[in-house]
Amino acid sequence: MRRLIAAFLILIFASTAAVADLRESVNALGKVKLDGLEEAIKTLAAQPGEVPAKVLGALGEGDLYVRKSDGLVVIAEEAGGAFNLTDPVSGEELGQAAKSDVSRIRINNALRRVIRAAAGGSALASPDAAKRLEAAQAVFKSRDAAALPALDEALAKETDPQVKSALELARASALLASSATDEVKEAAIATLAATGSRDVLPILSTTAEGSGPAALAAQQAISEIETTLAYWSMAQNVWFGISLGSVLLLAAIGLAITFGVMGVINMAHGEMVMLGAYTTFVVQEVIRTSFPGLFDWSLLIALPLAFLVAALMGILIERIVIRPLYGRPLETLLATWGVSLILQQAIRMIFGPTNREVGNPSWASGAFEIGQMSITYNRLWLVLFSLAVFAGLYLLLNKTSFGLQLRAVTQNRRMASAIGIKTPWVGALTFAVRSGIAGIAGVGLSQIDNVSPDLGQSYIIDSFMVVVFGGVGNLWGTLVAAMTLGIVNKFLEPFAGAVLAKILVLVFIILFIQKRPRGLFALKGRFVDA
Amino acid sequence: MRRLTYIAAALIAAIALLVPVLNLWVPPDSPFHVPDYLVPLLGKYLCFAILALALDLAWGYCGILSLGHGAFFALGGYAMGMYLMRQIGTRGVYAHPVLPDFMVFLNWKELPWYWYGFDMFWFAAIMVMLVPGLLAFVFGWFAFRSRVTGVYLSIITQALTYALLLAFFRNDMGFGGNNGLTDFKDILGFNIQAQSTRAVLFAVTALILAGFLLMLQYVVMSRLGKVMVAVRDAESRTRFIGYRVEHVKLFAFTLSAVMAGIAGALYVPQVGIINPGEFSPANSIEIVIWTAVGGRGTLVGPIIGALAVNSGKSYFTAAFPDMWLLVLGALFVCVTLFLPKGIVGTLAEWMAKRPAKKTHVPATAPATEAAQ
Amino acid sequence: MSAQDSLLYLDGITVSFDGFKALNSLSLIVGEGEMRAIIGPNGAGKTTMMDVITGKTRPDAGEAIFGASVNLLTLDEADIARLGIGRKFQRPSVFESHSVWDNIELALAGNRGVIESLFHKLAASEKARIEEVLETVGLTSEAGKLAAFLSHGQKQWLEIGMLLAQEPRLLLVDEPVAGMTDDETAQTAQLLKRIAKEKAVVVVEHDMSFVRELDVKVTVLHEGSVLAEGTLDAVSAEPRVIEVYLGR
Repeated sequence: MRRLIAAFLILIFASTAAVADLRESVNALGKVKLDGLEEAIKTLAAQPGEVPAKVLGALGEGDLYVRKSDGLVVIAEEAGGAFNLTDPVSGEELGQAAKSDVSRIRINNALRRVIRAAAGGSALASPDAAKRLEAAQAVFKSRDAAALPALDEALAKETDPQVKSALELARASALLASSATDEVKEAAIATLAATGSRDVLPILSTTAEGSGPAALAAQQAISEIETTLAYWSMAQNVWFGISLGSVLLLAAIGLAITFGVMGVINMAHGEMVMLGAYTTFVVQEVIRTSFPGLFDWSLLIALPLAFLVAALMGILIERIVIRPLYGRPLETLLATWGVSLILQQAIRMIFGPTNREVGNPSWASGAFEIGQMSITYNRLWLVLFSLAVFAGLYLLLNKTSFGLQLRAVTQNRRMASAIGIKTPWVGALTFAVRSGIAGIAGVGLSQIDNVSPDLGQSYIIDSFMVVVFGGVGNLWGTLVAAMTLGIVNKFLEPFAGAVLAKILVLVFIILFIQKRPRGLFALKGRFVDA
Repeated sequence: MRRLTYIAAALIAAIALLVPVLNLWVPPDSPFHVPDYLVPLLGKYLCFAILALALDLAWGYCGILSLGHGAFFALGGYAMGMYLMRQIGTRGVYAHPVLPDFMVFLNWKELPWYWYGFDMFWFAAIMVMLVPGLLAFVFGWFAFRSRVTGVYLSIITQALTYALLLAFFRNDMGFGGNNGLTDFKDILGFNIQAQSTRAVLFAVTALILAGFLLMLQYVVMSRLGKVMVAVRDAESRTRFIGYRVEHVKLFAFTLSAVMAGIAGALYVPQVGIINPGEFSPANSIEIVIWTAVGGRGTLVGPIIGALAVNSGKSYFTAAFPDMWLLVLGALFVCVTLFLPKGIVGTLAEWMAKRPAKKTHVPATAPATEAAQ
Repeated sequence: MSAQDSLLYLDGITVSFDGFKALNSLSLIVGEGEMRAIIGPNGAGKTTMMDVITGKTRPDAGEAIFGASVNLLTLDEADIARLGIGRKFQRPSVFESHSVWDNIELALAGNRGVIESLFHKLAASEKARIEEVLETVGLTSEAGKLAAFLSHGQKQWLEIGMLLAQEPRLLLVDEPVAGMTDDETAQTAQLLKRIAKEKAVVVVEHDMSFVRELDVKVTVLHEGSVLAEGTLDAVSAEPRVIEVYLGR
């Protein structure tokens, strides 16, 4: 008990003493002349707690004043010709003062640097890890050799690994600005180079401009980092390409199977995607108004509904338009174009011509970083989703009897019906499945694109290009074609621009089809032309 | 069928004279007066009729369903538009003697090389035919040689016009980007806004349409015309009796593209603007429906189809703007389902069936038919 | 016989589709003016062989020489047709929206160029030739009819008529009597025999009685190569042929 009381007393004593010291060193700022200010700043920065950082910040901003009446250093905020004063040490409001009652503590550019380093150094001691990290990054950017002692002190105490590595980087950058020996500098360069990050390049390039072994090491480190960065940017492009490719895959995958099975081009395919996206919108609206708690589930709820809506529409189209025109592919193309016009206009009349907002659930918003790449969650989910759809369809086609029949019909319709496959039934079901897939593709696309009546139109040509490129009735072909086109597009974009890249890809496909009129993975044999 | 073509050509030629007369010399209070606004509108319809006729040659007779004919039309239109732009001269907003306004606006210093020569009408007139013709020739040469047929070809032609659409939207292409070419002043020295100029443009359009009708009548009745139909119906059979199917197709496609280019060139001075929207795939597919409604594989059909559908479009977009796309969509569905031969084709079939039922004599002797 | 004194000389022709060998080192020689029947079970490669000869399919290996010196493998369908090889398809393939007369006219030997066709005027000699062909195939009375309205057998004859009008040196005829009545079959056999007096004819057929009626040398194909060759009686007696046909 006695020990406890003793400890308590010591604590009180220590803290009052500390406050007294703090007050003194703050007020010192107001007492010294310009040439003594640097020393005063450093003394203040050496004080523990958050006050020094706050005071130094205000000093740097020009908000630190001396009250003429008692020499108290205050933070002043201008308010309508007068100042609102705050005591930086206690944080207490001191009321208003006229302009003539206070005088600003003036600084110059040289001092600003000192302040920045000192503030950083002071914040390095902050008990809050996030503040320490911020401070370490600030020092890293300011490259101030003066911060070295503070950094060393902070490093010795630091336990948080993230902050520790930030501190090490800051120390390395400070070392390069200091008059340390070449060996030390080279070690610092190695530390910086190990990050492979774009941020260390300016620091290294300053060193590289000099001469001596350190400059050489810096030059080498720069070229290494640039190589690494080039790889990362390539990886980022591949990722963008894959994500564009999965959009194309989603849009095209249904098209590929019906084109193969029925030789039918359905120009209303894009509208099935659009219907899926609007289904998502409606689901989210209902959830927003009636069951706000379910919002994170909205996409999962929308998936089966979108499948159903699009599949039903698909069956309707098949019965009314496609079936009477079997064997006349060009007429089918025209009739389905008509259907697509009707669907677009109907949606426009119901939901209006403008974009509709479909939100990202919490698990599909935000981004994370891998090395120098940034990956957004909605794109990541979209890629996984499209691969899942692909896998599902692949299993359906290759592991079920429906798939077997469907493939039989794809290869030889006449023969298939001769061996007892109900080709019209297979056709209708294929159409339903395909439209349904387009519908769930719409759910996915609603996450990254505007939901508007002409959503489908913007994908239709691209999806046809994928099908034409990949070859008819071949899922792997569609996958490879979608990914290739996506990646090629994204690689062309940086130096050709988005529009020109698209044109180049179209021209490439037009030329490609000269060489392989039936696509990359065409079925070969006598029956193809029959 | 042949008689019908001659009647139609004569009728169009008569309209070529009648409409300008009724517009310019009949007083406005007369019931026979053709109002001023109607002349360029009818002229526009006739340009569409030429376009539909052009597509019919490729699709109706040779089986090439092009979903990119709007591209040839637009290219012809741009060639004419470039001539008209250069006629503006110093009367533009920036009053630059050589550069069109949009180039001054984009801070261009020099005329791009591909604008050279367009200050001369004859040069522009050649380009109107050459550019679409050359594009069709090169594109067709690649496509037909590698036997890209059917829906594949249709999709590729659609991609072609889509690529051009994207390209012409770009400002640095030097064709006015988004806004296209407009604010024309005069053509061959005549004020383009003057009613008399418009009447003459109308007459020229109608006469060219009539001329094309007669020309195609000759083409489709020739042995080449029969080979085209043979290609349409049984491509490999035609090849196995020794015809170069790709050459036949190339001829039909290129001629068709040239006609489409001329239609575009006639269209631009009458509507006063050409912009990248003309390249949009939806425009091209609309041409197909004009041809289908009228009757593909007949020469009069596409003309009737283009006039009927476009009058309908003008009416609906004014009276029930929301309904037009629904009507157009329904038109696509209904024509392909219930009227695959189109208006003229169905009528012709109906007329051909009736006497056959009554008399049951064998059809006309081949010798007389072949003699023509 | 070697390539020099034959009309059609196939040697070692191999065609494979994704690993499946449709033709396996096939060799066949047809002499000038010869008539030959080719038989074989389904999938023996009969149609693929015709595809190779007419330029529709390119073989992976082998050579095909026509008229002693022309390498068929470098030419396309139109070139080969102009060279004098006519082909009749398994399913009758005529121009349905043209009249019978026009069908023959289109097939008529002559310049096939685009510009020539555009300005072509039918000469009296050509007219006489068309009438002659119509006479030969027995379709004179149907001349003005649209080909679409012909019976199945008439379409087959029209197609043969078109081949004749082409004036080929070699006719390839794929199952000419499939789907015909007995009467029509007999007429067709007579027709082909008449044609064979002037031209070399290769007939692919399933119908044994028809082949017997033709009474010519027979080549049996099996799994893409020649199994036997000789008169129908001789090959029918071959144990290997019996095995293939009857599965013993």
